[in-house]
Order: sequence, then structure tokens, then C-alpha cells
Amino acid sequence: MKVMAQMAMVMNLDKCIGCHTCSVTCKQAWTNRTGTEYVWFNNVETRPGLGYPRTYEDQEKWKGGWELNGRGRLMLKAGGRFRKLLTIFSNPKLPSIGEYYEPWTYDYATLTDAPAQEHTPVARPKSLISGKDMKIEWSANWDDDLGGSTANAHRDPMLKNIADKVKFEFEQTFMFYLPRICEHCLNPSCAASCPSGAIYKREEDGIVLVDQDRCRGWRMCVSGCPYKKVYFNHKTGKAEKCTFCFPRIEVGLPTVCAETCVGRLRYIGLVLYDADKVLEAASTTDEHGLYEAQREVFLDPNDPEVVRAAEQAGIPRDWVDAAQRSPIHALINTFKVALPLHPEYRTMPMVWYIPPLSPVVDVVRDTGEDAEDTGNLFAAIDALRIPVEYLAELFTAGDVAPVDAVLKKLAAMRCYMRDINMGREPDASIPAAVGMTEEEMYDMYRLLAIAKYDERY
Amino acid sequence: MTKTPNDSSQIGMDGSLADALVRSRRFFTKGTVSADLRTLTKVGGRQADDFYRDRWSHDKVVRSTHGVNCTGSCSWKVYVKDGIITWETQQTDYPSVGPDSPEYEPRGCPRGAAFSWYTYSPTRVRYPYVRGVLLQMFREARAQHGGDPVKAWEHIVENPLRAKAYKSARGKGGLVRATWEEASEIVAAAHVHTIKKYGPDRVAGFSPIPAMSMVSHASGARFLNLIGGSMLSFYDWYADLPVASPQVFGDQTDVPESGDWWNAGYLIMWGSNVPVTRTPDAHWMTEARYRGQKVIAVAPDYADNVKFADEWLPAKPGTDAALAMAMGHVVLKEFFVDRETPYFTGYVKTYTDLPHLVRLDEVSAGSTTEGSTNEGTPTYTAGKFLTAADLAEHAGEENAAFKTVLIDARTGEAVVPNGSLGHRYGEAGVGRWNLELGDVDPLLSLLDTATESVVVRMPRFDTADGAAADLPRGVPARRVGGHLVTTVFDLLLAQYGVGRPGLPGEWASGYDDAASPYTPAWQEAITGVPAAAAARVGREFAQNAEESKGRSMILMGAGTNHWFHSDTIYRAFLTLTNLTGCQGVNGGGWAHYVGQEKVRPITGYTQIANALDWNRPPRNMIQTAFWYLHTDQFRYDQFGADTLSATTGQGQLAGRTTADVIAQSARMGWMPSYPTFDRNPLDLSDDAAAAGKPVGEYVVEQLKSGALDFAGEDPDAPGNHPRILSIWRANLLGSSGKGNEYFLKHLLGTDSSLRATETPEGRRPVDVRWRDEAPEGKLDLLMTIDFRQTSTTVFSDVVLPAATWYEKHDLNTTDMHPFVHSFNPAIAPPWQTRTDWDAWQTIAEKFSELAATHLGVRKDVVAVALTHDTPDAMANPHGVVRDWKKGECEPVPGVTMPRLVEVERDYGAVAEKMNALGPLVDTLGATTKGVTFELGAQVEHLRRKNGAVRGGVADGRPSLKRDVHVCEAILAMSGTTNGHLATQGFRTLEKRTGVRLADLAEEHEGKRITFADTQGPPVPVITSPEWSGSETGGRRYSPFTINVERKKPWHTLTGRMHFYLDHDWMTELGEGLPVYRPPLNMAALFAEPDLGNVSDGSPGQGVEGLTVRYLTPHNKWSIHSEYQDNLFMLSLSRGGQNIWMSDVDARKVGIEDNDWIEAVNRNGVVVARAIVSHRMPEGTVYMYHAQDRLIDVPLAETSGKRGGIHNSLTRLLVKPSHLIGGYAQLAFAFNYLGPTGNQRDEVTVIRKRSQEVRYQ
Repeated sequence: MKVMAQMAMVMNLDKCIGCHTCSVTCKQAWTNRTGTEYVWFNNVETRPGLGYPRTYEDQEKWKGGWELNGRGRLMLKAGGRFRKLLTIFSNPKLPSIGEYYEPWTYDYATLTDAPAQEHTPVARPKSLISGKDMKIEWSANWDDDLGGSTANAHRDPMLKNIADKVKFEFEQTFMFYLPRICEHCLNPSCAASCPSGAIYKREEDGIVLVDQDRCRGWRMCVSGCPYKKVYFNHKTGKAEKCTFCFPRIEVGLPTVCAETCVGRLRYIGLVLYDADKVLEAASTTDEHGLYEAQREVFLDPNDPEVVRAAEQAGIPRDWVDAAQRSPIHALINTFKVALPLHPEYRTMPMVWYIPPLSPVVDVVRDTGEDAEDTGNLFAAIDALRIPVEYLAELFTAGDVAPVDAVLKKLAAMRCYMRDINMGREPDASIPAAVGMTEEEMYDMYRLLAIAKYDERY
Repeated sequence: MTKTPNDSSQIGMDGSLADALVRSRRFFTKGTVSADLRTLTKVGGRQADDFYRDRWSHDKVVRSTHGVNCTGSCSWKVYVKDGIITWETQQTDYPSVGPDSPEYEPRGCPRGAAFSWYTYSPTRVRYPYVRGVLLQMFREARAQHGGDPVKAWEHIVENPLRAKAYKSARGKGGLVRATWEEASEIVAAAHVHTIKKYGPDRVAGFSPIPAMSMVSHASGARFLNLIGGSMLSFYDWYADLPVASPQVFGDQTDVPESGDWWNAGYLIMWGSNVPVTRTPDAHWMTEARYRGQKVIAVAPDYADNVKFADEWLPAKPGTDAALAMAMGHVVLKEFFVDRETPYFTGYVKTYTDLPHLVRLDEVSAGSTTEGSTNEGTPTYTAGKFLTAADLAEHAGEENAAFKTVLIDARTGEAVVPNGSLGHRYGEAGVGRWNLELGDVDPLLSLLDTATESVVVRMPRFDTADGAAADLPRGVPARRVGGHLVTTVFDLLLAQYGVGRPGLPGEWASGYDDAASPYTPAWQEAITGVPAAAAARVGREFAQNAEESKGRSMILMGAGTNHWFHSDTIYRAFLTLTNLTGCQGVNGGGWAHYVGQEKVRPITGYTQIANALDWNRPPRNMIQTAFWYLHTDQFRYDQFGADTLSATTGQGQLAGRTTADVIAQSARMGWMPSYPTFDRNPLDLSDDAAAAGKPVGEYVVEQLKSGALDFAGEDPDAPGNHPRILSIWRANLLGSSGKGNEYFLKHLLGTDSSLRATETPEGRRPVDVRWRDEAPEGKLDLLMTIDFRQTSTTVFSDVVLPAATWYEKHDLNTTDMHPFVHSFNPAIAPPWQTRTDWDAWQTIAEKFSELAATHLGVRKDVVAVALTHDTPDAMANPHGVVRDWKKGECEPVPGVTMPRLVEVERDYGAVAEKMNALGPLVDTLGATTKGVTFELGAQVEHLRRKNGAVRGGVADGRPSLKRDVHVCEAILAMSGTTNGHLATQGFRTLEKRTGVRLADLAEEHEGKRITFADTQGPPVPVITSPEWSGSETGGRRYSPFTINVERKKPWHTLTGRMHFYLDHDWMTELGEGLPVYRPPLNMAALFAEPDLGNVSDGSPGQGVEGLTVRYLTPHNKWSIHSEYQDNLFMLSLSRGGQNIWMSDVDARKVGIEDNDWIEAVNRNGVVVARAIVSHRMPEGTVYMYHAQDRLIDVPLAETSGKRGGIHNSLTRLLVKPSHLIGGYAQLAFAFNYLGPTGNQRDEVTVIRKRSQEVRYQ
């Protein structure tokens, strides 16, 4: 057992209001400068949608992350490291600026400076790449709220396997938001892709960083990251990425994106894991097993054995303490409501998500039945607007069972708490139906709903 | 699926060669390569990442907030490094809500997070600017007139050619830098000249929403109120005022804080897109679901909030009242008629007008009810409330006509209960203005004791074109004091079509009776919402309320409140909350969230802003009527006011236009009208003096003789329109100005894309004079103070540079959380920017200097509308219209016409007065909602705290020189921020009501919130009679809890919440009771194409394209026009003006996503790019509002001019019932009652245009 500590995040998508405050505060703090105009360490995507950069999840195209080779050994999807070195000067799997978006500004000064003229002055868009006039064709968040869905949404890579489950028609509309930062993976393919060894994981907290001195601008990390969360700074010629706000984390402050999240949906905490088990877990043959495999890499911070090993590994007492009261540990391992984003990339991502509930579809509503009624509770889960299959494509490599289980827990929690809210006798059979005790369900409710500052971080 | 373990013998990296290569890295780096060679970890030696550590470092963090009209009122940390503002993040130190609830932190939104971009952006206004052509003329004229700037201004504006030269250049570039000295001199000179020649009421000011920065708002307001200018309203103008609130509650608007959503068991979000428009508060809704709250979303599109709802009811735009009426039908049937629900019955008997008696008027012979099954028998209409004046034994009592009557179920006798308006004033009412019923058990229905059943004609408007009709429905009735009466409850059942055995009339056969209003099946055809769903949601709402004792809530927003008939929509909602005992209950009731910002320290703010410490009353004008007349939109109305009348009406609006009705309302003293008379009010005072008569007498005499007229009866006369408009903290032409192109043409006199034709002869106003030539360029001066370039600044003659929200001191509150907190400067105002307080002081000083000689001391005649929360509310018994001009009564100031007050204005002393707290607060105190606070001790406190002024007219008075002084004054003079005043006010109110109240504030009697307190974490306010809810003991704020828990009456006729309104004009419009009225039919009213029409543009077919409903909801990427030009917001959206449309509609006219399109109707032209999405319903487009025309707007093909803004396609339409005044709760107060600037009923044609766009 090699105990290591990892700073991790869980985002409760069921609470995400899609406001993008996280994106703006992050951008203002970190990438509001020349060379990173198009860079959003934190972005929020409307799903279904293409994401940023467009179709980044299509690994058949971009070859990010890992795969198992014919011998069951883990290799970078873009090819063995050796081949990578050989193709270092021509990287074919790099998104163009157009796949992100061509950043622009406006000639705002003309509003003040315009001489007397025939028409009202207007600020026209100017490319921040070329400086020239442009027609805006794409932005950092072009398909927000299903904008352009008819033209674009069917190209969402998640639909490849489940196209028959999703219809782009008014009556069937669904959407939800997916905020994304760097996953600070346990098995980062960006780091493995770097020919210069410039990307490293911090020993104490697992934050993945680019060494700005060592980076030679090969951009293999950009290709290697299946989440496309490493960016190329056009001015410095170096790679840059989300730093998990380490200058804040080091002084006990949550990341900017988390602290400014007005949906109060982000949790930050420490998890302990066994570094010796990562490779084995990442090499799990069946993609559907990857979620469970990753959970098993995590160590129980309350296990005296683990505490002892952590001490031996030089992990300070207060860090172990933090791991014990970590909301991340609770959400991933105790309540089991958080799921990893694209476990099939085999990077062992460390930003996890609670999948969203959604309104029931019209077919249930029109019957006049109350879909929220305890009796109908679980039937209604099958009639939710967001197809479970779609969520499974994101979080469990297509396996609907774990997603279904989470949604049922959330629904059961609401049902159970309603009795308490209305002053009725609570019904123990409701938590039991999803394998929880009443106390567990109540604790989960407090963590998800009341979510005080010091319980979130 | 379970994990499938890999065969461990195979685990490893890709191959041995690569392994060797990677392993070698171990020897070249300081880090550690993992044993399995996957990755590299590193301790120490990380200087390479210092860049990020440096980037994060900063010198200081300053607390401030955003003075933007969003109701957020979020506290922010502003980071400063090397004297430069770098970015902002949210504060998280709000006072706790308690251990069992989510907290307020971290309130904020992406727009606020992007604010600091403005500080150094190229759109920042850094210096004063004047349009070059005007500045040049002014300099020349000034030299020509011996350096007298007033004469110079006159020289320019009184010469038509010169005036046209600069007015027609408005909005076309050519702004040049000026100094503060010169720019403020121009502004001051214009004011002096205008006051002298035309009168102070020809000077108007517009700055909205004081709550978002009270001192900044008060700056110009105080100046204008000192000179006698007209301050324009905003809440009604924005169409955010829910007129139903004064109608039903007798209150402007009072709503639960967002933290109270948490307490609701059932929540309907109705036309309110919470994540977008209440971003900092949305979490309460998402979190309350986890407590088992059921959430319903009613929205025409799949809006951002729909994803949180358990159910989505996609009602068609504008049909919400139909859905609500059907829910009300279900509630009445199942919870009142089929069985009695004790909680509901007890509640409505005590707190609503349902048991109160209404007289039934027999329909005069000859008229028949269409479709009546009772031909031959008399039919009735609902008449006036029965009052004590109608009962012989009570008729002699004080204020008898304002005391309503009910029947005591125990005795069967009529009783006059406490609490009605008649008890609010006069000696007899002392201690009796309360809702205590004693032994009386109000009888809800006369069904069991009726002596007869009669057919009442109930108005309906549910035909396809909205034409009026009526229905015969029976009510039980009996005679009281010789009058045939029934109860409001019986009328309500008749209106909702809920039948009871034995009553005559036409009734629904069941919920599935689609032909009978207002059944669930009936609404399905109108709204598209399945009948079963409508019935079930209505039932669940009531069930939840019954079980939880009122914790069902409707969160209602602009999607339902911006319609022409929104008051009827809201009354249908309020029927649901009020029948089910949800008002005045934490977690229940209405939650209106549209522009409802709340100045918590209202009393102190009002004194400062209205300059009530120096002169009373202020001139506060209803802005919708103001612009309806002064942008000449009245000249383009094609239909009469009686188009809206019910078949049951008396023809009171027949033959008259909306402009006529506005004029009538003004002359009867119902609504204010500024400019008031067709004479300078300073001259009017002189004339009265010359005639040796008191002003009141003289004006009446002049009006009767016809020598004097109201200015609103000839708004196009050169002397009768506003001459100066000052705008600060606002963007009238880019945001709220409905009928933008009318503004450009008539008000400003510059190019416009107006396409409408004027009203033909025969349909023109009769009481309002029609001038053949409509004026263009009415305004002599448009002055704006702003920190960024907007659609308003680029059209302004003078633009002054303002400090931003991170560069000044101010106060901020909202109704969404119960705190007061502050703005603080992170940096000093950069370049030549100044705070609003400073800027207006500069103008005031220059003005006083010029005015001392040009104006001196004058007397001003101020006409004041009959005012709410005063005895004026008893001016019109029974809400009967009495028009002196038609000889129906005598003109009596303060009764049948406006009150006339003479005010002395020392024009040379305006600046001195502005900078000191005047003496009237010592002697007259301060009155809020009828409660007068005695302020002597507070004035003394302020004299010590702020220091006293020395010398001049304000010698010895407390200083208001600095913005911080003003903050202290506002806090010291308000009950919410000064516990002494809160308890004092409650004690005053205890005398009148006879109920215990002062204990609500006693826990904080010694608490005084100072400005320094607000600079720390946000400070909770104190429960005060200024508001209707209680925070006592740390509970969440919910309105009307004081009314319900302490039996303090509402400020209405009955003292209860009203279902029924008996004013003549309400009856005329058929809106005595809640009713469904469909959106206005623009095809019928303005000859626009029918909805869904597709034209190829061939001759006679109209404009090419598809006709759709045109809605302008609040924008995700801006707060009104603020932030829509912000580069971050533009990068996260689509970078310019957009119109959202359905893929189905787009296909009809060949539009694809991101195509350039044009939207055209009679009001103007818009060029935008299309966003095509299947989340939009067919037949409706959204142009998210207030995207300034300054960002990426090309020239329009249709007009050849710059494309317009969202309001280029809208115009003002005034609803006559909003002009009612002088009667109980239907009496004027500023921003409390007035016509709304609604804009939702509009349609437009959409077409694809050439994709080659030109900008010049």
C-alpha cells in the first residue's frame, strides 16, 4: 500500500443552474491575459451539446486518454510513447483555434471617438488573433441552453450509441449543465504524453501542474488529455491548465470556481488512495467496471491500517483528519452518489459528478398521476426527461445501473424528507428501498441541501 | 455491471521500449516517476509555478457591491494590486440563517463577476463630453452674450434652425471632450432658462431603483426636487409593478425573501426563470427540493428553470390566467363547495373580503344577456360594496361610506366589522382599525340563508379575438337595508363557474366541459396544458396548503407580469394563494420577483431623495403616461379606450381614446401630471398673487373659465412638453424605453425607423388637442451621467463621466435578503470621473450661481394627486367617477381635482440646501405608509455625527456634504436601521389599531446601524412598520405576517385582501373579479399580420416573412443593458444581438442558426442573428431584452439605418384601469400605482436577410 493524498472535487449537477459564474471568476483570476484569450480553465457546457472545444469527447477523432492494447496493457490512445516521440513535430490530433473559438473584442472606443457621421456609432467585432473584422461564428459557449441545437446538437459525441433515445423536438426537450475543470487525474494522460516531463502531480495533494520552465510547447499534453483541459498559451508558447487554485488551496481557501459557485454545488476535499493500485484499476478490462475499480483505489480514511500507513508515508495528521471528514469521500464512497466523468478514458479522473434529476416527461404528467407520489416514485425515474442512457454515456461508460441507483437515491431522499417537512411520521421503507438507513439518508440530505460552507470544503 | 479484473500478469504500460525510455526520465528530473511509470510527482523545486502565485497575490481586498437593477444585492470582494482593480469574487460572510437551512453565501452571478472589466475598458466614459455642434454654438453664443451662459442657451434653443442643427445630430457621433466646468455650465444654464421660460415641471429626471444605490439615486432626485422638477417613476414604467398588488393587498409590493422559498412545501415557478433572473437566490429552490418540496415550472419554452421542476406546464405565452382560473375552479369546487376546509374557511373569513356584501344592480330594461336561459326574468350585475352608509342605523357614522358590511352567521344580522378604511381615519376609528372579529362569525355564502337566487351577468373575454361577452350565472341573494346583496364569495363562485344546487344560470357540467369557462378542459384549448395536469396541480397546491397551513408558494415573474392584462393574470394567481391561506405565512403566498427592489431604510431615503426636509410635496410623475404623451405615441393609437370594455359595462369609456382617459385621470386628481398646466407654475403663482387670490381659488377659477388648461390636454404645444431630461444610473434608450423609434423621432428629433401611421381622423382624441404637425425634437437637453457608453449616452447632448460601484460610498438593499450593506471605493474615481453625489453637487453649485440672478426666489404651484395612505383615499365614495369638466361635480382641489400647494423656491440656495438636512423633518417628521415618525432626536444625532453646516440658509443644520453623510442620514432616519424609530412607529400604530405591535421591534430598540457597520459583513435589518413582515427572532421575511399574526389591516377598502374591486372603471372593464383576458390582438388593433402568417413580400402581402409573437425576456448575459456589452458576457454568448426562434418556425422561412435576420413591424426594425433551437415553442420568438444597439449591429435592409434595439419593435399601450385613483387602495403613490409600460403583447415579422451586412 502506498498511501497518497489527492485533492478532489465533486459537483452536484442536480443543483447546477448553468450561470457560468465559475467560468467568469476563474477567467478573471487566471486567464484574463494575452495568449490565453480563448482559454477557460473552467467552462460550463449545455448538454446535449458539443462542448468546448467542440466534440472533445470524440476520442476516435482526438485520441485522448488511455486504452488497453491487445495484450491488455495500458497505452496512450494516441499511440505508444515511443511513437509519440517520433511524431513530436507534427501532432495531427490537436484541436485548431476554431474548435475552441476565435476570440474577439470590439472597437469600443469608436462609441466615444466617432466623428459626426450619418449613422449611430457601433462597435464591431475584431478578431483577437488577426485583429481584423469578423463575423462571430462560434464562442466559448455557443450552444448555451441548446442554442443552435438543430444545427449542431446531433453531433454531440455522446449520442453515437444512443441516438434513438434522444429527440430534438420541443415536447421532448431536456438539457442540463456540465461545468468542467481539469480532472487532476490519478493517472493523467497529459503527463504521460509530455515528452519533456513538464507535467507533474504534486506529491502532497495530487494537483496536476505544468512546469512552466520545463515546458517546451510540444502540445502533446493537449492531445493526450481526453478532456481537453490543457491549453496552449500562444504568447508564451507553453502549456497552461487549471491549477486547482493551488495558491489558494495552500492557504486553506477553496478554489475560485468552488467558492464563487452560487449554486453551492461544488465540494472540495481530500481523499486517500493507494497509488500502487492505480495502474491495475486503470487496466480493468471491462469499461463498465472502471467506476467501481476507481472507487476501490480509494482508501478508507477511518481504517486504522490506512491511518498508520498514511503516517508512515509522511502525510500530516491534519491531512488525515481532512480526509476523514472529506465531503468527497462521503459523496463518492459513503453515499455513492458521485460518479466519475468518462471513466472509460482510464485516466482515473478526480472531479466527480452527481447526475441531475429532471422533470418527468409529459406522458406521465398527462395521465393526471402525481409522479412525485411515493407509490410512483421509482416508475417516474424511468420517465425522466434526461435519458438515463445519456447520463450513463458521460459517467459510467454507458452502464445505466449506477446512474439509475443515484437518481433513485436522490428521489428517495426527496420523498423521505417530504414527510418530515410536512410534519408526518417519516417512512423508513423509503431509504431502505435504496439500501440506506434513515440516518444515512438524513445525513446525505444535510450534505446536499444545507451544504454549509465548512461542510462543502 | 461489476468490475472485471484484468489479468494482473498483463498489467503494465504499453511496451518495454517505451518503459525504458520513460524510466530514464527518473534520472533527469527532480521529481519522482511512479513505479509503474505512469506519472511524475514532485515535491519542492516548483519555482516554475511562481507565476500563478504572483498572479494571485494582491495588496488589498475591499468590500463593495453592484448598483445594478437585479435585486441581487450581493456583497463582493474587490481585489486591488498596485492601485489597479484586478478582479472580484463573492463575500461569504453573511449572517447565518441557522443550523437547519442553507446560507445566503455566496450570492453573486457571472455578470457581477465580470464587472471590473468596465473599470479600464475602452467603453468607459473618462471625461465630460458634449456634442461638437452644440458645444461650438454654445461657446459662440456665450461670447456673443457677454459671457452669460443662460442667454447663450436661450440663443440656441429658441432659434429653430440652431436647435434643429444639434438635435438632428443626436446619436450620430461627434461627441467632443469638454471640461466639468463647461459641461456643468451648459447643464445649469439650460435648467435656469427652462425654469424661467417654461417652468420647473418641464425639467424631468430619470434614475430608477434607489435600493441598488440610494445615495447615487438621491443625488439628482434631491436636486430636481429642490428646483421643482419632475422625477419619473420606474416600477410601473418598467411594467414590473404588479398592479394587482395595490388592487388586492393595498400595498406596492411586498414579497418573501428568497430564503423563505426553503420553507415552502409546494412551489410553482410561474413565468419566472429563477436561475437566470434570480441567480444568487436560485439555490434555495434547488435545495428546497431536497426537503421534499414539489416544484412546478410554467414556461412557454424549456427555460433554464424547467430542468429543476418536477413538472413542466408549457402554457402558451400570455395565457397564464386561463390556467390559473382553471386551478382556482378546482380549488373552489373541491375545497370550498364539495367539502369545507376549516383552515381555508377560517382564513378567508378573517383576512379577505369574501364574506363582505356586494350590492346587485338590476340590468336596465331592454338589455339582454346573450345566451341567457332566463329570458324574461331580471338579470343583475355585481355593483358596489354595501357600506355602513347604506344602512340606516349606521349611515350617520364617521366615514360610513368606507366601512364595508358582512353578515354574522350566528345572528344572521348585518354587522360593520372593524378594520375597514373608514376606521383608519377619524376619532371614532382610534383603536378600531384592526381585524379582530370578536364574537362575529362572518357568513361566507348566503346560500343557506338567501331569500332569493338571481342571475348575475359575469363578463368573459375568452373568445379568440378577445371580444367581450358575458355569462349568466346565479348567486344567492337577500335584502339588507333595502338593498339586494350577495357576498363576494358567492360572486367568486359564479365567476369561476362553480355551481351549487338550486342556483340558476349556466354552469360547467364537469371538469371536462370545454365550453364552460373556467374548467380545466376549457383552459386546455387556450393554454395547451392538459386538463388533467392543470386540475391536479391546482389540487396539489391546495392540498399542500391545507396540510402545511399555508406553505404553498407561487414564484411569479416578468413572463407573466409584462403583459397588457397582467393585473388580471396576477389576480388569478392571488386567488390561489389567498383562498388557500398562504399569504402572511412563512413558505407561502405570492413571491413576485420583477424589479421589486426594496429600499429597506425607506423613510430616511425618502426624506433625502424627495428633499422633504426642505420643501413638500415633490413632483413625482408616472413615467408611462409621460412618454405615451411626450414621445407622441398617442398619435399612433388606432383604437379607443372602450375597446377594452365589458358587455356589462356602462359605456364610461365610450368614444374616448387612451390620451383622453389619461387627461381625465389627471384633471380629477387620480394620477399626477407633470408638466401640469399650460402655464409656467411660477407665473401661475404670480398671477394668483396679482389677482389677489389664494392659488387654489385662482386656479379653479381659471380652469373653469377655460383660461387655464392642463398641459396633458395639449401635449404637443411648444410650452407643454418636457424640455430637459437628465438620466443617471439608467439607460432609457437602450433598455426601458418602449417605443424606441418614437423616442428618437419625437423626443429627440433625430433619425428613426418608425413605420407606423398616425391615427386617422375620427379616431383621434376628443379632449386632447390634435395638432396637425407632430413636434420633432421636443427635448432641448438630454444629459446623461454614466460610466460606460450606452444607447442613451450616444444620443445625449452632454455626457458626464461617473464613478463605478467600486469607486464610491453608498448603501444597498434588496427584498431578496434582509440585510443592508455598502459600496466602498476600492480605488478613487479615475480620470475625470465623479460620484453621482459629487456630479450633482457640481451641477447644483453652478445652477445656484446662475439662478441667484436669473431666477431669485419664486413661488411654485404644485398639483398633487390624491394620495394613498392618506385621507385622500376617501375622496371618491364607492369609486364613482365624477368629472368636473363634464359638469358632474365642482372642481374642488384635493377632492375632485389635484390638491394645489404653493412652494417657495430659493433658486440661489439650491446647492446649500442640497448639502444640509433641512428643518422640515424637525417639525413635520417623516411619514411612511401613514405612520409618522418623530425625528428630532435623530436630527440632533446627525448634527453631531456628520457635523453642522456653518453659514448660509442651512446654518447649523446637519451636513450632507459627503456621500457618507447621506448614508448616515438615511440609516438614522429609518425604522429598519434604527430600533428607536421602529418601536416608536409601532407604538404610533398601536394607538390606531388597538393591537400589540411594538414588541416586534423591542428586541432591537437600542440598535442603531451606522455606515461603519454596513462596511463590515451585511447587517440584518430591524422589523419596522415600514414593511408588512417580521424578522423578529431571526425568522425569514415573509410579507403580511404582521397583518395575519397581529390582525393589522391591509391598506384596502375592507382592510382585507380583495378579490372584488367595485370602482366604476373596474366594472367597466369587467374586471371586478379575477378573469381571463387573452393577449391583445395586434392584427385587429393595428392591422399587423395574423400570427403564423407567412408572406412572400409580394404587393399587398405586407412585409416578407413569418409573423410571430415577439417577447423580450430578461437576458442571461446581462442585467438589463448592463453587462450585455461586457466582453466576458459576449464571449460566453453569441457576441451581439440575437433572436431565439424555434426550428419549426425557422424552417418556414429558410432561416438557419446564426443567420442574419430582420424583425420588422410598424414600430421599427431590428437586425440580429438567429439562434435556432428546439427548446423554443413554435410561433414565438425571444429577443432577450436590452442588448444595446452599439454592439455589432449592422444597417438594416428595411430602413437603411442602424438596426434597432429590442424596444424598436415595441410601443406603449396604456390600460385605463391603471389610471384609477382617489379611491381606497386605488389611490396614487409614487411607483405604487400607475399605468405599466407593458410590452409583451407585440408581434413581429421575421425574415432572413442578405448575409452580407454593412455597418456604414
